[in-house]
Amino acid sequence: MATKKFMYVNRKAPYGTVYALESLEVVLIGAAFEQDVSVAFMDDGVYQLVKGQKTDGIGMKNFSPTYAALGDYEVTKIYVDKDSMKERNLSLDDLQHLVWEDEDEDYAEKNSIKLVSRDELAKILDEQDVLLNF
Amino acid sequence: MAIEVNGTSYETDEEGYLTDLSQWNKDIANKMAEAEDAELTSNHWEVISFLREYYEEYQIAPAVRVLTKAIGKKLGKDKGNSKYLYELFPYGPAKQACKYAGLPKPTGCV
Repeated sequence: MATKKFMYVNRKAPYGTVYALESLEVVLIGAAFEQDVSVAFMDDGVYQLVKGQKTDGIGMKNFSPTYAALGDYEVTKIYVDKDSMKERNLSLDDLQHLVWEDEDEDYAEKNSIKLVSRDELAKILDEQDVLLNF
Repeated sequence: MAIEVNGTSYETDEEGYLTDLSQWNKDIANKMAEAEDAELTSNHWEVISFLREYYEEYQIAPAVRVLTKAIGKKLGKDKGNSKYLYELFPYGPAKQACKYAGLPKPTGCV
């Protein structure tokens, strides 16, 4: 099977709907098929990556630690829309520090998150074979 | 379903995975292994504790490919390969070891 470029686009806040968790699970399952996978976060979706989430008050499982496992699943391209961050007064420091380990370079840690402008993101979206929106 | 260990009954799902992972203890793991004619050695325990730590940190049970790689990094290449792990856990390293570790079935595991 030829490798296809898959991108998962996340636009919704992490809790309140089930989209964020469903998306994360599909990404992890899809990663097993060795496709070229990337993930994008825009609009309220950028809140999914905010660090220090606490969900005790809403009776839901805090699944945010699972984003840190994406590197283990070889999901190394995580695009975050700069403008969505700015609109919500968020900076890169507010997000989890997500890394992947490059086995070919003695497990050197590399950053997975890349802040991109809407134009850059539009270009990346255009390059995909399959887009999945959540 | 439930599993009975030392006079206490623990709830499991229809495939025998513990429903509440906080109830887990080593006797439960031994009992689950016994039911599948397996005996847990220190090599098994090494993988089981690795899985529990992984879950604690990431809130998921890793897929077998991820487990193999991570074990290789932590315990050495001689253990981080599917042959070694399948010898320890013939029903599938992620699936079987996760069950003994009291974790849910790995995401994407059928």
